[in-house]
Amino acid sequence: MWINDVRVLHIDLTNKKVKLEHRPDLKEWIGGTGAASKLFEELKGHEIPPGDEASPIIFATGPLNGVLPLMTKVVAIYRSPYTGDWGESHAGGRLGMVMAYAGIDLLVITGKAERPVYLVIGPHSVEFKDARHLWGLDVFTTGRLIRLHDKSASGRRSILRIGPAAERGVKFAGVNVDTFRHFGRLGLGTLMGMKNLKAIVVVGDDSTHFGVNPEYTKFYKEIYDLVVGSDLLHKYHDLGTPQNVLPLNNIKSLPTKNMQKSQFEYAENISGEYFADNLLVRKIACSGCQVGCIHVGLLREQFGPEHEYKYTQVSYDHELIFALGSMLETRTAEEVLKLIDQVERLGLDAISSGVALAWTTEALQRGIISEKDTGIKLQWGDTERYLEALQMLAYRVNDFWHLLGEGTMAAAREYGGEDFAAVLGQEMAGYATGPVFYVSQAMGVRHSHLDTAGYSFDQKATEYTPEAALEYIVSEDRRRVVLTSLVSCLFARGLYTWDRIKKGLSLIGYEKQAKHVEEIGDEIRRLRWKLKVAMGFDLDNVKIPKRYFETETFRGKPDPEFTNKLIKMYASHIKEIIK
Amino acid sequence: MAILKVVDVDKCIGCMSCMQACARFRYQSFSLYRAALQVKTRGGISSGFQINTCLGCTEPACAEACPTEALIPRKGGGVVFRQNLCIGCGECEKACPVDAIRMDPEWHIPIVCVQCGICTQYCPHEVIQMVEEVVPHVDK
Ligand code: SF4
Ligand code: SF4
Ligand code: SF4
Repeated sequence: MWINDVRVLHIDLTNKKVKLEHRPDLKEWIGGTGAASKLFEELKGHEIPPGDEASPIIFATGPLNGVLPLMTKVVAIYRSPYTGDWGESHAGGRLGMVMAYAGIDLLVITGKAERPVYLVIGPHSVEFKDARHLWGLDVFTTGRLIRLHDKSASGRRSILRIGPAAERGVKFAGVNVDTFRHFGRLGLGTLMGMKNLKAIVVVGDDSTHFGVNPEYTKFYKEIYDLVVGSDLLHKYHDLGTPQNVLPLNNIKSLPTKNMQKSQFEYAENISGEYFADNLLVRKIACSGCQVGCIHVGLLREQFGPEHEYKYTQVSYDHELIFALGSMLETRTAEEVLKLIDQVERLGLDAISSGVALAWTTEALQRGIISEKDTGIKLQWGDTERYLEALQMLAYRVNDFWHLLGEGTMAAAREYGGEDFAAVLGQEMAGYATGPVFYVSQAMGVRHSHLDTAGYSFDQKATEYTPEAALEYIVSEDRRRVVLTSLVSCLFARGLYTWDRIKKGLSLIGYEKQAKHVEEIGDEIRRLRWKLKVAMGFDLDNVKIPKRYFETETFRGKPDPEFTNKLIKMYASHIKEIIK
Repeated sequence: MAILKVVDVDKCIGCMSCMQACARFRYQSFSLYRAALQVKTRGGISSGFQINTCLGCTEPACAEACPTEALIPRKGGGVVFRQNLCIGCGECEKACPVDAIRMDPEWHIPIVCVQCGICTQYCPHEVIQMVEEVVPHVDK
C-alpha cells in the first residue's frame, strides 16, 4: 500500500471496535519507525503510563516493504513496560509481506480485552476470538493449535504469539513471529499479555495491484545481483551472525561468565563454525529476502533408556549464543540449543534471560542471595539447572524470581550487586569490545546493539577519541533511522547506501522524500528522542556498572574518563537536537 | 522446449523471490497473488516448504476445459495463454488437477504459468529450473 494510500487499522480491544483510517499524510514520515513514531505521539502514547490498558502498540511496515530485496521488517512502537520509556522492536518473518497483502500499513492496538483473545486480521475482516483455551500454553503449542484449528486463519499468514512469561508480566517477555523470529527485548510480549492478547494472526491474500515500471525492474535486478552475487551479505548467509563468536573471542570481546571475562575457553565449541558443521539443518529467509540468514539447528535429545530420540529445530544467532552460552559458561553448542529452545517456549527474551541468570549465578556465589531466595543452586555451565531456572523466571515462582522478572538491575537494587549487573539500559548485547559500545547501548534509543553499532567503532576506529566516537554514533543513527522507516533489514545497511535509498524511494513516487531523506531522518530522530526523554529517560543519569571498567576489552580496560566524556557529549548532543 | 521444474524443494529458503519475479515480469505487479507459482510452508515453517506450480502437462486438462481456446497446449508441455480470447469463466482453474491455476478476482483472467522461466533467474538456490527433457516429477 503506502504507494497509493496509507491505511491505518485501529483495533480497540476493550470495546471490540475496529476503525480504518486513511492517512496519506504519514508519508511525510516515510513509514516504519518514522510514521509509527508520529502516530505514537498523536495517540499520546507517551502520556499514558506504561502498562495502562490504553497504552497503544503500533506495528508498521514501510513503503519499500516487498518492493526491494531485504525490505522485510516490521517495526513495533510502544511504551516499554520494562524501561518505562521508548519501546521499539523489529521483526522479520512473513509479517511484513503479509501485512502488505492484507492492505494494512499500520496496525494500532489499544485497550484490554475482558478475557484472553486472539485476533485474526485479514484484508476485509477482523475477528476477536476466544483465547481462553490458549492462555497458559507455550509459544509453540499456541502456534500449532492456531494453525491446526483456525480455518479462518488459513492462507498466507503470519502468526504472532506470546508465552507464559508474558502472561505473568515478566518485563522482558517477547513476541514470537512465525516460529523463528521475534519482537524482542523491551517487553512487547509483556504489553500484549497485559492486554489479554495471546496472539495476532494476519492473513494477507488480497491481490492489490501496483504498476511496475521497467526502471524499477532494472533497479530490482541491480540490487538482486548484489544480494546474491557480491560479498556484501555473504557472512549472514554462510555462518550467519554466529560467525562473530570466534573473532570476538580472539580480541577479548566475548562477554563471558557475567562479564568477569571477555574470553571463553570453550568458545570453539559454541562457534558459528561448530554449529554450521555439526548442527545446522537448514536456512530460511524472511519473505522478500534472498539471503536466508535464519540458521536452524537440530536439537536431538534422548528421552528414553533405549534408543528413544526426538528432534527439535531451533534457530540460533550470535546474541543467543553469547547470552545463553559464554555468559553462563555453557560448554557445548547442543546445550546452548536446549537453552534457546526453553527460552523460546516460555516466550522470554533470550539476551535478558541469559544475562539475568548470569547475574544470579554470581550473586549466589558471592552470598548476596542464597539458595533460600532462589530455591535452586546455580553453577556456571550447569545447563540442567539453568533450564529449570528459566522456568522459575518465566513463571515467577517466588519473590526472588518475580523481582528478577522486573529486570536484572531491579533485582540488584533490592539485593545488592549493582556493580556486576551486566546492564546497559537493559541487559547487555554480546559485545565486550570497549567503552564506545557500552555507551552506545546504554544511551541508544532502544538500548540495542543495532541502534548505532558502537562495537564496530571499537573494533575499527583509527582515531579513537570521544569526539570521533560521537560523530560515528550520530552518523549511524541518522542512517539507521531511515533504514528502519523503509523498513529494511539492518543487515542490508551496506547494501542500501544513501544513493540507493533515494533511488528506491523515487521509483515508487516518493521523490520529495527522496530529496529530503536526510532531513526527514533527523526529524524522526528528534521526535524519538523527545518522546523518550518525555517518558522519563534521564540523560544526566546514565550509568555504566563498575564491572565494565574491570574487565578487559579489545580496547583494554575502559578508561572512565573517556567513557564519561562520551556520555556527557552524547547527552548534550541529544539535548541539543530536542531543544 | 524447457519446462519449469521444482528440482530440489528441500533447498528452498522461502524467500518468495521467485513469486515476486513472476508477478513483476508477467503482471507488472508487486502482488504475490499474481504469481503462477506458489511457495508455501508444508504446515508451519519448521516443516519446510512446498512449491505449487504448473507441471507442464503434455495433455493439459486446463486447455481441454477451456471453451474458447484461450488456453492451448504448448509444444513441449504446458500451455499458451491468449488473453484476448479469455472470457474469465474459470473452467481451467477447476480442471487443473494440481491447483496450479487461480482466477484473478479483479482481472478475471487465470493466473497461469506460461513457462517463461523468469522465476528461475531469481531463485538464489536453483530450487526451480527450466529443464529440457521431461523428467518424472517427484513431489516431496
Ligand atoms: S495448468 Fe494444470 S492442467 Fe494446465 S498444464 Fe499446468 S498443471 Fe497441467
Ligand atoms: S515460468 Fe514464468 S509464468 Fe511460470 S511461474 Fe515462472 S515466471 Fe511465472
Ligand atoms: S526463489 Fe527459490 S528459494 Fe526462494 S522461494 Fe522461490 S524456490 Fe524457494
